[in-house]
Amino acid sequence: MPTIELVAVSNYICRGISLSVKDGQLMVLLGPNGAGKTTLLNIVAGLIEYEGSVLFDGSPVDDIPSHQRGVSYLFQDLALFPHLDVSANIAYGIKVQRQKKGMIEARVNELLNVMKIEHLAHRFPRDLSGGERQRVALARALAPSPHMLLLDEPFSNLDFRTAKLLRTELRHLQKKFGITMIYVTHNQREAEEISDSIAVIHEGSIEQVGTADEIFFDPHNKNVSEFIGSPNILYCASCRALGRGLMEIDTGSLTIVVPNDGQPIEKIAISPRDIYISTEKPPGPNLNRFKGRIIDITHASSLAWIKLQVGRHTLVSEQPAEIVQEMDLRTGDEIYLILKMRWIRTLSDPLV
Amino acid sequence: MANRFRSGWGILSIVIFLAFWEGMARLSIIPGQIFFPPFSVVIQEFYALIVNGVLIDNFFRSLVRIMIGFFFGSVAGLLVGILMGWKALIDRALGPLISIIYPIPALGWLPLLMLWIGINELLPIAIVFICSFFPICYNTATGVRGVDRNLIRVARTMGASDFTVLRTVVVPLALPNIFTGFRLEAGMAWRVIIAAEMVAIPTGIGALMMRAESLIRVDIIIVCLMVLSIMCFSFEKLFVFLEKRLTAKWR
Repeated sequence: MPTIELVAVSNYICRGISLSVKDGQLMVLLGPNGAGKTTLLNIVAGLIEYEGSVLFDGSPVDDIPSHQRGVSYLFQDLALFPHLDVSANIAYGIKVQRQKKGMIEARVNELLNVMKIEHLAHRFPRDLSGGERQRVALARALAPSPHMLLLDEPFSNLDFRTAKLLRTELRHLQKKFGITMIYVTHNQREAEEISDSIAVIHEGSIEQVGTADEIFFDPHNKNVSEFIGSPNILYCASCRALGRGLMEIDTGSLTIVVPNDGQPIEKIAISPRDIYISTEKPPGPNLNRFKGRIIDITHASSLAWIKLQVGRHTLVSEQPAEIVQEMDLRTGDEIYLILKMRWIRTLSDPLV
Repeated sequence: MANRFRSGWGILSIVIFLAFWEGMARLSIIPGQIFFPPFSVVIQEFYALIVNGVLIDNFFRSLVRIMIGFFFGSVAGLLVGILMGWKALIDRALGPLISIIYPIPALGWLPLLMLWIGINELLPIAIVFICSFFPICYNTATGVRGVDRNLIRVARTMGASDFTVLRTVVVPLALPNIFTGFRLEAGMAWRVIIAAEMVAIPTGIGALMMRAESLIRVDIIIVCLMVLSIMCFSFEKLFVFLEKRLTAKWR
């Protein structure tokens, strides 16, 4: 039985959304700003009005007010209580449940420990760094031992490394405590990294639900494809492990080196923005460097898409419009391209 | 360090002013010395008024009136302010009413209250109540309204009821605004009570000043002014202190 289930949920943004999150899973809601991701979280938490039905463990909770739904919510702006110190912030959720004092203290200490923030216990939020605040907010959300946790772009204001570290820790805690989570983000790489499954949401509707690979290699429609950057997808005819985590694949007309752990590959995908172009032959080893012919150039605001015939494949490269102008590219020109190896995604062959 | 330096200069300027005053009066530079007693004479009179109980008696009458009016005005202002800030419906119902009554200077009510209540102890208390209620109510409502919605949502999803959210999140976070109201009102209460006592009530510091005027006792008038200065100053400082005590840790 799914832990969280939405049945035909609608309001001013959401249009008939049905979705289910299995017990102990982490589902990512992925979509552009204004798609309705946060609104959907608010519906699950019971903070705003909606039509349709929300079920927890199979029973509808539509008539249950937010403070009795038992859902923890980590807000995008974290919303730490500025007038309480770190310990009191963490204790808040347990305190309002009228637990015994000794128990509250023990639980707070446990979380300070788990989140590695013992040294911050008596500081106030204004004296914390971004990463520290994030940890405190997470500790506070976990303190009442929630069954479900909603996270709204929790790590979006952090530098890349801190965010990655915290994502790893979050994933670890999620599995350790078996918490069912819905995690909102607009960052596709973040979604891929952390999710069990992804729901792509666009203008208040769910466009596709699946694993990261399913979404990336088999986008169901134009909205999904556009949001994930309309990747170039190439089928793999044969492949050969090179060692050091690399693999050479043959698409039938191109030989491409990709990062891979040794599983046979079915398809590879590369985003247009990860294909670099040059009018001169690029220096360096002749790996993932190809020659192609421009068959079309399209512009939209400050970006340009260059469609290239490379071997028997058609690849699209995305470039800033001014660069295309500077390079004076025309249809029919011969051009060099490099596929940025680290950004090539691979899908393992499920049949092998 | 800088602070101590500044308050050192502050005291010095007061000392120089007092010496100048004493000198001018003693040297009879200004004609009609009766209207211009030296500082030392004023201080002697201050002492005398304390010893014979006149000052103490009138002072406490004013103080008690202020305390009572202030207390009830604040409590009522806090309650209505919290309700207005918390419930949009109440805000819409009472907001316009309060914004047309708030700008009336509290003393403007005096003639009306003299007829409604009559000349008794309730009159100055009512005036202080009015002058306390509005600034507190207005600032509390503003403070409560200004509390980040997400903080309230967090508290709610964690299982806090309406009352708990108010007690543990909303009111503590509205304190800076509430104290702005208290500070505004602290000085105002003294201004208003003096005026009321001058016009209508036969006891209190204001009344003492008017009697001194009719007896041409400039020294007593100045003593009363000094008392007022000290009281207004310390009331404001008291609230600044309390505010710091309650909010400085996290602001």
